[in-house]
Amino acid sequence: MEIKTTGVAGTLESSDIQIMISKGTDGIQIDLDSEVAKAYGDQIKKVITDTLKKYGLDNVKVKATDKGALDCVIEARTLAAAQRATETSDKPELGVL
Amino acid sequence: MTYVKNRLRRTMMFVPGNNPAMIKDAGIYGADSIMLDLEDAVSITEKDAARMLVYNAIKTVDFGGAEIVVRINGQDTPFYDEDVKAMVKAGVDVIRLPKTESAAMIQKLVKDMEKAEEEYGVKKDSIGVMAAIESAKGVLNAPEIATSTPLMMGLAVSGEDYTADMHTHRYPDGRELEFARNMVLQAARAADVYAFDTVFSNMNDTDGFYRETKYIYELGYDGKSLVNPRQIPMVNKVFNPSKDEIENAKAVENAIREAKAKGSGVISMNGKMVDKPVVAKATRVLETAKASNLIDEEGNYIGE
Amino acid sequence: MENKVKRELPDDLMSKMNLKPFESTDIGHPEVQRVAPKVRVTSDENKVVDSLEDVIKENLRDGMTISFHHHFRNGDYAFNKVMDLIIKMGYKDLTLAPSSLTGVMNDKVIEAIKKGVITHITSSGMRGSLGDFVSHGGLKNPVIFRSHGNRARSIEEGEIKIDVAFLGVPVSDPAGNANGQDGDAIFGSLGYALMDAQYANKVVLLTDNIVDYPNTPASIKQDQVDYVVKVDKIGDPDKIGSGATRFTKDPKELKIAQMVNQVIVNSPYYKQGFSFQTGSGGAALAVTRYLRQSMIDDGITASFALGGITKPTTDLLDEGLVKKIMDVQDFDKGAAASMAKNKDQQEIDASWYADPHNKGAVVNNLDVSILSALQIDTNFNVNVMTGSDGIIRGAIGGHQDAANAKMTIITAPLVRGRNATIVPNVETVVTPGDLIDVVVTERGIAINPKRQDLIKAFSKVPGLKILDIKDLQKLAQEQVGTPKPLEYTDKTVALIEYRDGTIIDTIKQVKD
Repeated sequence: MEIKTTGVAGTLESSDIQIMISKGTDGIQIDLDSEVAKAYGDQIKKVITDTLKKYGLDNVKVKATDKGALDCVIEARTLAAAQRATETSDKPELGVL
Repeated sequence: MTYVKNRLRRTMMFVPGNNPAMIKDAGIYGADSIMLDLEDAVSITEKDAARMLVYNAIKTVDFGGAEIVVRINGQDTPFYDEDVKAMVKAGVDVIRLPKTESAAMIQKLVKDMEKAEEEYGVKKDSIGVMAAIESAKGVLNAPEIATSTPLMMGLAVSGEDYTADMHTHRYPDGRELEFARNMVLQAARAADVYAFDTVFSNMNDTDGFYRETKYIYELGYDGKSLVNPRQIPMVNKVFNPSKDEIENAKAVENAIREAKAKGSGVISMNGKMVDKPVVAKATRVLETAKASNLIDEEGNYIGE
Repeated sequence: MENKVKRELPDDLMSKMNLKPFESTDIGHPEVQRVAPKVRVTSDENKVVDSLEDVIKENLRDGMTISFHHHFRNGDYAFNKVMDLIIKMGYKDLTLAPSSLTGVMNDKVIEAIKKGVITHITSSGMRGSLGDFVSHGGLKNPVIFRSHGNRARSIEEGEIKIDVAFLGVPVSDPAGNANGQDGDAIFGSLGYALMDAQYANKVVLLTDNIVDYPNTPASIKQDQVDYVVKVDKIGDPDKIGSGATRFTKDPKELKIAQMVNQVIVNSPYYKQGFSFQTGSGGAALAVTRYLRQSMIDDGITASFALGGITKPTTDLLDEGLVKKIMDVQDFDKGAAASMAKNKDQQEIDASWYADPHNKGAVVNNLDVSILSALQIDTNFNVNVMTGSDGIIRGAIGGHQDAANAKMTIITAPLVRGRNATIVPNVETVVTPGDLIDVVVTERGIAINPKRQDLIKAFSKVPGLKILDIKDLQKLAQEQVGTPKPLEYTDKTVALIEYRDGTIIDTIKQVKD
């Protein structure tokens, strides 16, 4: 899968997370801003990384602004951002879910 | 989760499909059905993101035993195909098709669901469908829509779009919806599927809400669509059977038991034969009474 | 050493400060010796002075203890006015002993700490930038957090020895007869400040409203007051009200409130002449509304409502559903204004309210209290002091005190954002689980196994879902996952006292 543009998904509302994805060169690099970074930062990054890899993306720059999202929301927003960045939103790869 | 044709469906609570906070808490209010909305509650630019969110929510969120319905985008939109696929793969209980105007539309949906079921290895016929009736054409075709598939769970009147189609709008007394409400209900009853009334969105008009809910309950509707969890106890209150109804239902139940014990096919009560609709009604009354905590485990009346 | 709620306490600090570990919620019948203030005798009819600076210069020395009340909450002008001068005048090594610290005071406290003006603090709580500052080790000596009842006890027993009390009031006469019920910036009950007025060596009133002698009703009396300082404006009436004064529309809060009401009305305490304390905040107001309806339906009236009072509670008084209000503070303008009109709204001081070492406080007569929590653990211990990030953002308030009710109900959503509220271990124990009877969340209630009688009573309530607290905790964890344990340094930044002055927990400096 190829990143063609910058993809953003999610909002800054409570219980949501905003994920911005753009092309990277050095693996998956995540810049995370979260109120629960101390307790859940590693877990949030793991969910984002796993989801991107499942979608076949290995070199990605991620900016994540978290407002206390649960894992299922983080995964959904990462997927939506990945679909937008790879311009596959119209025909998303559901097989990876 | 698997689709169950017959169950209690007094309340169908609408939850916007792109709102994580509301989805997360949707299960705590005791709604019989929760309708996650990919259609009107989601802006056109967020359809893809909402689809992923609802997909994951169905997979992971504890909805407290409520039936999960997803309102997908209409067949005239570019989102329909992917919505169907994703919701089938997620294993939702019921897919609700908006703007249904013909049996053919439902049959197309069922065919598309079957295709997706095959593709993702989801058990065939494990997901129900329901039709939102939102136009004059839909109302007139309600009978054929209701009988269009054995997977049909029910019909729902959607007042806003329907009244617009009828060149009017919603009024407090609901006269503009009279024909649609009766037509859809007749169609649903004739086809033995459920009937749901439209939403009432003015949260400040409690009296109006009770008036409308009581009215549709008296018509014979199974349930009402809701926009706010605060309306759930209000609907349940209206749908609660009275003490007399409960006692009568228990008598019918006893008569059934006695008939069974005697090996008799004829159920009789006070020397009169009990007909099938009466038996069905008794079952419904007791089920509702139990859900509303009006009777205890042994069936004793504990309501106020 | 480890105390009875299994909290490790630093031995060096405990022995250096001569502190005892928390043992039991049972206060027993100790004999205690109270202290009395020094009195500079005067027969002046007029104690009005213009220069606050002169008053400070004459009465304050380095190393002394100063106090304030927080009845003005975020509308307070008195604190910053006084502290500004004290900082400017170059005082050092003062102990700050207010009834609590509100957000509007934060910047000034931090400035005073940084300049060495304040080196010790005791308070009910702190929030925002000050809590953050202290949690990061900004103050050398640990803050001592005390409940309102415990502060009263500490003052009476000389553990807090107030040299100068600076007390803002909306009205006073020239001799110092003052109350909280007249003027522009009314806040109603002066409950917490009455301790300072009674026990401080010097009492300085600040007011923008001096009226003819004698001003009645006099909550603070002329025999307690040394100075009356006239200021331009003592407070901002619009900011005195705390938090929500309107009923919440949040369906989750309403659901919890409804469940709390179910718990109350199905408890053995709900009968003619029962008593309750609900506190402030949207959910508490909603509880009051549901309770009101139940009381009307069931024909039940309460003998009294206690605590921090809100307008919905004074409405109950007006409707005759509550016979008396025992009022230590008022959370909104409606409740404050009601005090002046209603003789059944009795102003009580913090000792009468909740002191564990007196001849009986009102909390001991209380049937039902409804309290909130930042965290609750599977032993029912409650944290109202630190967030899930370990940072100070709360206040004990009357939590430990009101938890002495015959039935104490804690209300909290199961999770807040991604933070679980029910946890295996609270970050900070403030109120011991021994005092907690019922926890109400939107997913169900948990009952302290000590209360088999309540388990029996509530098991029969249709629709009230009872879970083991451990199952509630698991439900929360399933939603949010398992957090990484927080990291702290060895430095103790705060001590949490139990009501009797023993140490129930400590707060450590957070590591970033």
